[in-house]
Amino acid sequence: MTDPALRASRARQRRSRWFAHGALLLGVLIFALPIWITLVGSTHDVNTIGRGDVPLWFGAHGIENYLAAWSRGSAALRNTRAVPAGTMLWNSMVMATLIAVGKITISILSAYAVVFFAFPGRMLFFWMIFITLMLPIEVRIIPTFQVMVDLHLTDSMAGLVIPVIASATATLLFRQFFLTIPDEYVEAAKIDGAGPLRFFRDVVLPLSRTNIAALFVILFIYGWNQYLWPLLIITDTSLETIVVGLSKMIGRGDAQNEWNAIMATAILALLPPVAVVVLMQRWFVKGLTETEK
Amino acid sequence: MLRRTLAKGAVALTTAGVIGGRQAVAQQDPVEIQFWHGLTQPLGGMLEQVVADFNASQQRYRVNATYRGGYGETMVAAIAAFRANNAPHIVQMFEVGTATMMAASRATKPLWELLQQTGVNINFDDVLAGIRGYYSLPDGRMASMPFNSSTSVSFYNKDMFRKAGLDAEKFPTTWPAVAEAARKLKAAGIANPMTTSWPTWLMVEQFSAIHDIPLATKGNGFSGLDTELTINNPLMVRHMQNLIDWHKEGLFRYGGRDSAADGMLSAGECAMTFASSGTRARIKKEARFEWGTAMLPYYDDVPKAPLNSIIGGASLWSMNKGASTGRSDAEWKGIAEFLAWLAKPDVAAKWHTDTGYLPLTRSGYERVKASGFYKENVGADIPIEQMLRGGGTLTENSRGVRLGGFAEIRNIIQEEMEKAFQGQQDAKTLLENATRRGNVVLRNFERANRNG
Amino acid sequence: MRKNVIFRGKLLPLLLLLPQLVITGLFFFWPAGQAIWSSMLREDAFGLSSNFVGLENFTDVILDPTWRAAAGTTAVFAFSVAILALSVALLLAVQADKAIRGSSLYKTLLIWPYAVAPAVAAVLWLFLFHPQIGLIGRALSTAQIAWDYRLNGGQAMLLVIVASAWKQVSYNFIFFLAGLQSIPKSVLEAAAIDGARPVRRFWTVVFPLLSPTSFFLLTVNLVYAFFDTFGVIHALTQGGPAKATETLIYKVYIDGVENLNLGSSAAQSVILMLIVIAMTVVQFRFIERKVHY
Repeated sequence: MTDPALRASRARQRRSRWFAHGALLLGVLIFALPIWITLVGSTHDVNTIGRGDVPLWFGAHGIENYLAAWSRGSAALRNTRAVPAGTMLWNSMVMATLIAVGKITISILSAYAVVFFAFPGRMLFFWMIFITLMLPIEVRIIPTFQVMVDLHLTDSMAGLVIPVIASATATLLFRQFFLTIPDEYVEAAKIDGAGPLRFFRDVVLPLSRTNIAALFVILFIYGWNQYLWPLLIITDTSLETIVVGLSKMIGRGDAQNEWNAIMATAILALLPPVAVVVLMQRWFVKGLTETEK
Repeated sequence: MLRRTLAKGAVALTTAGVIGGRQAVAQQDPVEIQFWHGLTQPLGGMLEQVVADFNASQQRYRVNATYRGGYGETMVAAIAAFRANNAPHIVQMFEVGTATMMAASRATKPLWELLQQTGVNINFDDVLAGIRGYYSLPDGRMASMPFNSSTSVSFYNKDMFRKAGLDAEKFPTTWPAVAEAARKLKAAGIANPMTTSWPTWLMVEQFSAIHDIPLATKGNGFSGLDTELTINNPLMVRHMQNLIDWHKEGLFRYGGRDSAADGMLSAGECAMTFASSGTRARIKKEARFEWGTAMLPYYDDVPKAPLNSIIGGASLWSMNKGASTGRSDAEWKGIAEFLAWLAKPDVAAKWHTDTGYLPLTRSGYERVKASGFYKENVGADIPIEQMLRGGGTLTENSRGVRLGGFAEIRNIIQEEMEKAFQGQQDAKTLLENATRRGNVVLRNFERANRNG
Repeated sequence: MRKNVIFRGKLLPLLLLLPQLVITGLFFFWPAGQAIWSSMLREDAFGLSSNFVGLENFTDVILDPTWRAAAGTTAVFAFSVAILALSVALLLAVQADKAIRGSSLYKTLLIWPYAVAPAVAAVLWLFLFHPQIGLIGRALSTAQIAWDYRLNGGQAMLLVIVASAWKQVSYNFIFFLAGLQSIPKSVLEAAAIDGARPVRRFWTVVFPLLSPTSFFLLTVNLVYAFFDTFGVIHALTQGGPAKATETLIYKVYIDGVENLNLGSSAAQSVILMLIVIAMTVVQFRFIERKVHY
């Protein structure tokens, strides 16, 4: 290549890099802007925000706002229900963990049955599970609610968790993964005289560790972010989850909301799942791209 | 958790029922009465205090008051619980749910029947006519227990009035005068001269009552499910068109559905608002300026205007446990005793003065008046005076509204108003659309409840 | 595909499948059946009386102008969300794929919004666009632009689209980046030697290779916009003003839960189920074809 061409190409690459940095930086800033405003707002007193003086830097009321939100519930004084954020965080934590653990448990068991056994109706059962993939809970929400009423499971943690733990995606993922386990492993186990349960415990489970971790991250977030179902099934405030509780705090366009406490609660509501994603990024990306949920 | 308490209550009831047949139940566990309400703080706390007082006054019954979300959520929760055979004994139902509850004859026990059956007496003769009419059957028997009734009034910012050169002590009495005042406020630099809370309740329901025009056929729905909306009438069109024009002119600002605009006056965002009389406590607490209360405006060229305004708020309904499960005599008796407690003159008077809701009875009102309460709380009697406007005898149009699916109809009207304020339709189209869509709801309700 | 070596036994696999089957049966097949059954009934709210009305609820729904309007709203909303989220994500992924400094940090800073629940995302954006307390909302008002999403349908739509897309960008970004990274460097180098300019190279070489990912993401984004955004709409606009943001799933909720119109709500659920099944079938057809090629 001639020198001018080389120089032109270098210049172009440099421009392209600058453009990349610019675009990514802008993206990061736009992504972070709402959080920044919320985080900063949550450290001011209610009048500052109520007046509409949007602060761009931290105020002096952070600790008291978070303590208030945590223990007595935001917006307790006015038009909205007062559930302490501590209680709601606990509920969300329990719900998300149970959903993730439950989904993983029942899917790994059923995938194991479908892959490692031959029994009548195997494919029928498989398709029965598979078809649930097609209908997210939102579509069948009202009839499912009726079923829960019939089963007397409304207003309970079980009612919150159980209907959402049937998961075709997790079953499919495990099935896909089990199919890659070499036949020799099963042969060896059979020669050792290991039964199917021991094989599951000693071989399949350890091999599935990364898959389980990846799924857990995805399903925990999925569980944490449930909205319509908890909204419907829970009327008892002591079982309120933080995502639903937060949106109820806003009331209906009420100008007198305790915005600072609502902002503090918003931060509390997004912190756990965001922390999970950031800290377990590798597994998160793996889980996401492999489940193709 | 709730189910556990209910189960415990049920056990207590069976034992109480069995033994109670023969001897006094004084030593037994008290009969548990579940009471679901939809009042947020601070009102919810005041309600729970009333309940605590009742529980302390006797040993046989224990009322358990629980907050179940807003009025709408409480209604949905109670209906779902009824379908699950788990309904509360008493539910607080907002006024728009009245027709739904009345139509569900097997789900509820009308108050008159409850009182007759249990031998408990509550005297309704002296109850304010506007309250009594709203919750009674066409023949005058009570269907539910009126509890927290409000009406709507005007609130205004006196400082802003002065700034605009208006008489701060005199709120305009007619709509044209209100518009004139709004123009002056606008000219004085006030961005939003007026708004309204509860757009349908204020601008359609109250408006129709005050001007003595029907909102729906069959006496506003009181005498039959086959009722139809009649809001597409010239006076209603005139008023809606005025609101739309004022919105365009910047004199009126739509502040959102239901109670969304409640905070605007006290936040200094507007000079005049029309809202529930129950907003008083909040304005008093939050407003950093001098403010006043006045009766709702009207059009003085309408022959019968102004009549009394109608009520809002909620009443208490006693419910069966489920479609196939009733209640024991002890439970019914407990419900009745509690409702009678609420009607006791001093309990009712305290509720009125603490909360700003209307007093239940006329004599209660006179008593509070004699105590000098309204002298110290100027304007607190305006809602009651407005309820008695036009002589206090109700016409078919000013007695109230009783429509099935009324919550949905209110939203339909609000939606059509929103469309109009966005500039998509005029008043005539607004009311035509609202009537057509509202009538669909009424027909569906009629069909679903014909053999209920 | 199945394994050659398997365990014997009929009872054990059935036992392993049992939890999944019970949950699927109870919370999927039963409600789905209930939905179909009650879509043919007219019931009062309390369930005290019900009549069989055949397909009347369906004809009522389809003839109902508000339902049709909601269908139109859903289409506009879903495609806007998908296109916005996909194009922004693609732009960012292409930039992050360039070998620039800090690209893994950018990646972390761009994927966290995925963890934020739709309803919480809505609340965060409310803090920006609220006419009284929002940074941007107030700035617009100061600039004499009449901004009030609570009254202006177009603005409300814009806001729910932005809030819904924001979170989905992260998801798409992860997939696009994975897709870009799986393109063999040799292909790109060959194109570079041909002298194609970067932009041209992208559209002629890279983008076609990404098309399976793009198509998959389009379906996922549409399904997301159909269902998962319920929380955004519920928290921000409640379908208003004047039904401007009422989507089909929101209407199912309003009619079933708030208006207690169970028959109509069930009929709407059934129609939604059919739509989702159709979408899933299309998606699987496509994936199947992808596998064959």
